[in-house]
This record gives sequence, C-alpha cells and structure tokens, in this order.
Amino acid sequence: MNLSTFIILSVIKIVIALAVLLTVVAYTVWFERKLVGHIQNRWGPSRVGPFGLLQPLADGLKFIFKEDITPPHVNKLLYLLAPLLSLSLALTAIAVIPIGGWVRVAGISTPLQITDVNIGLLIILGITSIAVYGVALAGWSSNSKYSLLGSLRAASQMVSYEVALGLSLIGVLMFAGSFSLRDIVNSQAGTWWGWLPKWNLFKGQFVAFFIYICAAYAETNRVPFDLPEAETELVAGYHTEYSSMKFAMFFMAEYANMVTVACLASLLFLGGWNGPLFGPPGLQYFLPVFWFSLRVFFFLFLYVWVRGTLPRFRYDQLMGFTWKVLLPLALANIMITSLVVALRS
Amino acid sequence: MIHYLLFFIFAAFAVAGAINLLAQKHPIASALSLIVVMGSLAGEYMLLGAEFVAAIQVIVYAGAIMVLFVFTIMLLNAGEEEHSRGSKVAMILGVPAMIAGLVMGAWVLVARDPANTPVGVGAMYGSAHDIAEQLFRRFLLPFEITSVLILIAIMGAVVLARKEER
Repeated sequence: MNLSTFIILSVIKIVIALAVLLTVVAYTVWFERKLVGHIQNRWGPSRVGPFGLLQPLADGLKFIFKEDITPPHVNKLLYLLAPLLSLSLALTAIAVIPIGGWVRVAGISTPLQITDVNIGLLIILGITSIAVYGVALAGWSSNSKYSLLGSLRAASQMVSYEVALGLSLIGVLMFAGSFSLRDIVNSQAGTWWGWLPKWNLFKGQFVAFFIYICAAYAETNRVPFDLPEAETELVAGYHTEYSSMKFAMFFMAEYANMVTVACLASLLFLGGWNGPLFGPPGLQYFLPVFWFSLRVFFFLFLYVWVRGTLPRFRYDQLMGFTWKVLLPLALANIMITSLVVALRS
Repeated sequence: MIHYLLFFIFAAFAVAGAINLLAQKHPIASALSLIVVMGSLAGEYMLLGAEFVAAIQVIVYAGAIMVLFVFTIMLLNAGEEEHSRGSKVAMILGVPAMIAGLVMGAWVLVARDPANTPVGVGAMYGSAHDIAEQLFRRFLLPFEITSVLILIAIMGAVVLARKEER
C-alpha cells in the first residue's frame, strides 16, 4: 500500500468512525431517556418524530441556537480549552478500537479499525488519564464553588478508580500476551466442548470483569458514581457554568466515553466480534460487526439499567470502595491468574 | 523525512513548554506547561520506537502525577506568584554550573561515539516484551531494590499523613 492510498483510506475510516460514533452517542441519549422513562413508568421522549426518534436532532439544534454565556469571572483560555479537551480526547479513543476482522475492498485489504497499534490498550488508558484534565480544568477555570468542588471530586475519583481499572486488565493481558486489542480478541476465539465460548469472562476473569465495570462507571462519572455532578448538592458539578454548545460538548464526551467503555468491555471480556458465522460471504463480513454491536448494545443497556435502579454513593463510601474493596480484589486476581498461567505453561 | 519534521515539532513544543513553565506567574499555567513538556517527550519516545515507554510516560507522568499537582494547586487555590528578582547565588554559581554541565554532557557523548552515528528511527528497545526481558532478567536485583525503596516511601507517607491518636 503506498502513501496516498494509506492517507485516503485512513481519512475514509476516520470519517466513517466519527459519523457512526456521533450517531451512536446521539441515540444513546435518546435510548437512555426512553428506557429510564419506561423504568420509571412514564413514556420518555415521544413527541418529536415516531417514538421520539428525532429528539436528538431537536436537542442538537436547541444547543446550537442557545445563547452562549461566558461568565465574567472565568479564566477564558482554560474555560474554552476544557470542553474541547474533553470531547476531542473522548473521540480520539475510538481510533484504536477494532470492530471486526479484515475486509477486502477493491483489492485493498484493511482491518475494521482506524489503526492497529500494538499498544492499543495502553493508548486508551493514556487517553483516560489525560481526560481528567478536561474535568479538572473546567471546574477550576469556572471560578465557582460548585464547579470547583465538582471537579475536585471528579479528579480524585477518576485518579483513584484508574488504579483499579488498570489492575483489573492485567489478568486479560496475561492470557493474551499482548497489548493489541486485536490480539486480545483473537486469543478468545473458539469454544470449549462446542458451546461455551472461550471468552476471558469464562476463563475465570469474572472478578476482573466486575472490577472493570465498577471502575469504568466511576471513570465515566455515571450513576452510582456520579458524585462530581450530584445535582442535589452541586447544581451540576464541574459544568455548572457552561451553557449552549460548550455544555453539549461535555455531554457528548460523557456519552462517547460510555461507548468506548462498552466497546472495551466487549473486546476484553466478552470475546469482541467472535461469534457463529454462517450464510453467504457478504453476510460473513457483516456478522462479526453485528455480534460486536450486540455486545456494545448490551453494555449501554446495562448503563441505563443501573442508572434507573441504583441510588448514589456517599463520597467517603465511594473512595473507600475502590481503595479497600476493588484494589485488594484486583491484586488477588492478578496473583491467582498469574499462578494459573505459570502452572499451565 | 517526516520523522525529522515530527522530531523538531515535538522538540519545539517541549522547549517552549519548559520556557513557559518558568515564565508563567500562575501555578496552574506552569503545571499545564509541564504537561505539554511531558506529552512532547512521549512523542519523541514514540518516534524512537519506544512505544511502551511513551505510553507509560503519558499514563504515569502526564496523567497520574501531574493530575495530583493540578489537584493540589486547585485545592489550595494558589493565586498568582510574583517574579522575584533572582538570587545572586543562582547567577554566580548556577548559570556557569549549568553551562559546564551541558559542555560535559556533550563532550561525553562525542567522546564515546566520535563518528556521531545517529540512532535510527525506531531502532531502540521499546516493546513491552524487550523491557520485561531487561527488567526481570538482567536488572532483576536493582528492580526489586527499587520496589522496596518505593514501599518504604509509601510507608513513610502513611506515617506522616496519619493522625496522632492520643
């Protein structure tokens, strides 16, 4: 593949991935409102379009046309930088996420992924660790009590849960022997006895899976870990002073992060796009993507289900939970997994 | 070609960030400049092929450590600092010492490798596998000693932070 083909191919992939991601983000918002509505015995959005399906579009238009207020006492540069940083990092993470095997179009074969780097997982961890700044700077530059408290909570919570998150992935890495997400998925191909898939979840990583899910919910500031934006105490937390499109950027970043977390959970623990293949060749290209989307949808559903079910933690419980429960569990999981891997080899 | 271009872009960012770190009056601005320096260094590691080191640089330094810096500055709500006029000791001893250090460093590099062969792009050890080989085979003892040292530091921090109960 020469350079110009490479660049054109990359641009096409980036455009498609961004378009799909942003659509998924918009409809995750719709899905959440609809599902939470039904959980709480009401209808959710139902007026704009059939089943309220055009609601995300209407919301988007509303955000664009709303007055963009910059409060007088903010640090202007950082106030502007924070939502940009949040959204761009949230969108960048999708670059290393593979959604299927290889395809062959017009004589060029390419992976269904923007770029396959052999430190894919570390790149995502790096992006999440930088993403803390978006939240921290938003709160600090707003120059408001609620924002500052919200961002202090967010920063300490994200740093603490990142430790448990990183440690929970080590078991998976030991089974795969690689940081490349593609290799991790390939290591989970096949089945035992013809029916039980060789997912990392069934290889004994269910403790790690539980830790990952808890830590990921905390990283994305979702219920029951949404203390940084607890509206009963902090108005809206770190984005209290933001309005219009700047607020929408935080909102989109949060949902894009949810999608990334859902993708990562499917890739690491539920075998990625592995699944039964049948039918004509055209369908066989499409099926892995379908199996992968199904898993991602399951995790997004879980997000909303948890939000509709669980109340919020108290702050000291939240910090105690990661340092006293998740961290020791993750360390124990690493020791047991490494023992198993060492004994088997 | 594009590698050289990228090298100079990252280098320019690193140097500009370092100068800005000193020039800024506000602690947050300085901390953010330091993050830019660390991020650019990660880019340089990546250019050398040391992908694992680059990722760890971002996760540990630009991520975890600098977040704690920023967090502390935010928590204390530190205001703007004033530029001091500079100490005489720094002017008399510091600047010549820095120049001497630079000259010595350059001399050692040239003396060890008179042909001045540049390191090829991507030629360094850098994959997680290579680093693990070095760390857990050749340098196992220093690695373990370092980890004990860090453990002691953690315990020291706990002792200092613990409230006295009387």
